[in-house]
Amino acid sequence: MPAIKDSFELTKRFAAGESSAEATLQAALRMIDAREPRVGAFLHLDREGALAQARDLDARRKQGQKLGPLAAVPVAIKDNIHVAGQATTCASRMLEGFKAPYDATVTARLKAAGAIILGKTNLDEFAMGSSCENSALKQTRNPFDLERVPGGSSGGSAAAVAARMALMALGSDTGGSIREPASFCGVVGLKPSYGRVSRYGLVAFASSLDQIGPFTLSVRDAALSLSVMAGEDPLDATSSSESVPDYLSALRADLKGLRVGVVRAYFDECPNQDVAGRCRQAVERMKALGAEIVEIELPRAKDGLAVYYVVASAEASSNLSRFDGVRYGLREKTSSAIQNYFATRGRGFGPEVKRRIMLGTHALSAGAYDEFYGRASKVRTLMVNDFKAAFARCDVIASPTAPFTAFKAGEKSDPLSMYLCDIYTIPANLAGLCALSMPVGVDARGLPVGLQLQCAPYAETTLFGAAGALESDLNLNLAPTL
Amino acid sequence: MATATTVDFEAVIGLETHVQLKTRSKMFCSCKVEFGAPANSLTCPVCLGLPGALPVVNRQAIEFGIRVGLALNCQIAHSIRFHRKNYFYPDLPKGYQITQHDTPLCFDGVLELPVRDATGNPRVCRVTRAHLEEDAGKSIHLEGGTLVDLNRAGTPLVEIVSAPDLRNAEEAHAYLTTLKRNLSYLGVSELSMEKGSLRCDANVSIRPVGESRFGTKVEVKNMNSFKSVANAINFEIQRQKRILRAGGTLHQETRLWDEDKLETRSMRSKEEANDYRYFPEPDLAPFEIGRGWIDEVRRSLPELPEKRLLRYLDDFKLARAEADYLVTERELGDFFEATVKLYDQPRKIAAWISGELTHALSERNASLADLKLEPARLVELISLVEARKLNNITAKEVFHAMLGTSDSPEQVARRMGKLIEASGAAEDPAVAAAIAEVIAEFNDKAVKDFLEGKEAALKFLVGQCMRKLKGKVDPKELPPLIEKAARG
Ligand SMILES: [Zn+2]
Repeated sequence: MPAIKDSFELTKRFAAGESSAEATLQAALRMIDAREPRVGAFLHLDREGALAQARDLDARRKQGQKLGPLAAVPVAIKDNIHVAGQATTCASRMLEGFKAPYDATVTARLKAAGAIILGKTNLDEFAMGSSCENSALKQTRNPFDLERVPGGSSGGSAAAVAARMALMALGSDTGGSIREPASFCGVVGLKPSYGRVSRYGLVAFASSLDQIGPFTLSVRDAALSLSVMAGEDPLDATSSSESVPDYLSALRADLKGLRVGVVRAYFDECPNQDVAGRCRQAVERMKALGAEIVEIELPRAKDGLAVYYVVASAEASSNLSRFDGVRYGLREKTSSAIQNYFATRGRGFGPEVKRRIMLGTHALSAGAYDEFYGRASKVRTLMVNDFKAAFARCDVIASPTAPFTAFKAGEKSDPLSMYLCDIYTIPANLAGLCALSMPVGVDARGLPVGLQLQCAPYAETTLFGAAGALESDLNLNLAPTL
Repeated sequence: MATATTVDFEAVIGLETHVQLKTRSKMFCSCKVEFGAPANSLTCPVCLGLPGALPVVNRQAIEFGIRVGLALNCQIAHSIRFHRKNYFYPDLPKGYQITQHDTPLCFDGVLELPVRDATGNPRVCRVTRAHLEEDAGKSIHLEGGTLVDLNRAGTPLVEIVSAPDLRNAEEAHAYLTTLKRNLSYLGVSELSMEKGSLRCDANVSIRPVGESRFGTKVEVKNMNSFKSVANAINFEIQRQKRILRAGGTLHQETRLWDEDKLETRSMRSKEEANDYRYFPEPDLAPFEIGRGWIDEVRRSLPELPEKRLLRYLDDFKLARAEADYLVTERELGDFFEATVKLYDQPRKIAAWISGELTHALSERNASLADLKLEPARLVELISLVEARKLNNITAKEVFHAMLGTSDSPEQVARRMGKLIEASGAAEDPAVAAAIAEVIAEFNDKAVKDFLEGKEAALKFLVGQCMRKLKGKVDPKELPPLIEKAARG
């Protein structure tokens, strides 16, 4: 499989009859056999199911049937997104024994497009974390340095794609959970605009912030997968009815006429100047490609972290109430129904999840609501206005994705320092923007550095145009040596 | 200053009524709304609260909610949002209920009650709000544990909150009957307290007469009929008075009505009350309700009882009590009007409906449909009386006998031997014989009085003849025949 550059190329080869789905899958499984024991990206592999899918695709191609745009692409799915018949654990003990009785809308759309579902990947428990270390089930390693974390919360998906065990993977992004691990693992990670992709079948963390998006080996793969997943879903009332443009045709060679906004502080005050330097060089390349660089201000962005931890935790405290041991998952039996709740939730949730449930419960409580949830919602509206003003002056905002590169496992034991990982990514979720992280080089240790590009809601075409041109220009081909 | 033992208290009562809507599907998913299906058979990922499932608003529930609001004379909001009300209970699958908090669908309504104040004006009760929410499932507590049936979970409800305008149990009862009457016209709910499709909680407090501030509020739950609502309120007013008069203090609490012991008992105090942590439901965008839609729903409403009542008083000149009665249920008024269309004697028809028909309905505990009474058959029956083929007494007997059948009143009367077949009593030998017998029997007293011109005596003689003839004759035909016989 190393010969294949990305999913786009694979689908072309498959369509031309140059490779079979089964052979492609076998190559992916060989890669998994070789690398997974060291990387630990997967929580569950469905070898038989994947093989059946691959054979079915080959048979249908033989019959001359028209196959979907992702035909034969082996895809991994974050284990908080349902695949019917497979376990969904959210990397928590709370969902012990739970099997998803239905496909998430994205899963159904991927299957319909011909993708082969390999299995489910590791994450921080209930997608709460930035290193994958909050998984109650497994430790995932960064393929570029096995002592380091892959980022989080979608660390398993990022690592699986980076290690070429899957050509594409799905993650979910609530405050940076796709972009930050994409940056740490040197792959492309896309958080679509809020409402662009259906959330039906994604186990909710913070409903007003969550979006499902892909990890890919190229910008065109991100565009390809979004065109499969995007679009209104009658099962998700927050999905948008806005029509889905042809994202692949948005890719362009130069950046003439594009205005790239830059917040100076994001570079100057970045704790890792290696990261800032790589990102500055990338912005310089965009200029060389014809873009105009505009300095912009996002005065309330500094409040993003505070707003996020109130809003996201508040929604999470309510979303996670359904895990009560009554209908599915873990149940601790005690002498009374009320004690069952305490025992089940006490044992089922890990410390970070409990911390956020408590934070969110407090933020919504009678005496604290106005000061916390109420005020955070107001500041969130101000942040949306900040972005509106900024996008009047530029088309895309460039910044580092994360303030540093992948850190060592166990290095950040203090939750607050962990929360800082998402300082540049959180505002896009609060404002419903589309954003992606793409590799723009490596730091002094050879660890990938990610550049974040953000566009206004539903301006994914602009985003892909900018990222695609920069990607061709950089021509990096980052791959781990495992 | 008056002490607590001597002051007079007045009660302040507000009611919270839950009405289950009989939409085709549930509030936020496509499961059927149905009573009595096998446990947990009407469920899906959404109403089971499975991880990853999301709610989608049922437009029919919104429309039914608008209907309810209009029938309670409410304003309808143009944009609504839903909120989450968070609490844990085994029959609440998501750990929160989706409800409405700060933007109720309906607000600022009013109901005129069929009771009058001291000055003779009708009492009114304001309706503060009516909002949409989803029902919980049912917990079935058994010896070995608790079973949960989620068929009901997600069924749409309208919660109707009255202002604290009610002052006694009678007014509370009148409010509930009026509310039920108005909603019964809409066809949006079974409105059965027995089946739980209508539920009512009461907030009761008392205060010294003349005081404008409210006293300590007690919420009373678990009443299963309008009568038990009234009983619970009466009990609670007396209990609170007793405590205050004895120098005690009241605590804000929730109390349960015990139908067997006819008393309320404490369920939880204010300190034990949940903090529901309401916040806007992020899974549902604000829902816009266009003016056009509201107008459309308004146009589709049937004539509501308040308007119908005025029409019955003005157009048909009915007595107030009869008109009040005819509008209590939509079917009664519809039947009345259909009958009047066939036979233009509204007061006569109203008398039949509020008299014999009501009697039959309550005696048989049946609905109008069960009785199978068509307007045409009632008209035919009245015509038989007009034609003197039945008198008022036999007509009633025939009326009850023909209910539940499809026979014509004439067939029924003939079968019962009540039909006066001859063209008149004058030619009927049985009548002549009866009159002769009566005159012979009462010759010296009543006949004498009658011939002296005493009206009462004639009535007595007519009655005696009717008795002998077992009512099988029109009494109006008898006086000239009696007079003829008496004068020899
Ligand atoms: Zn359902």
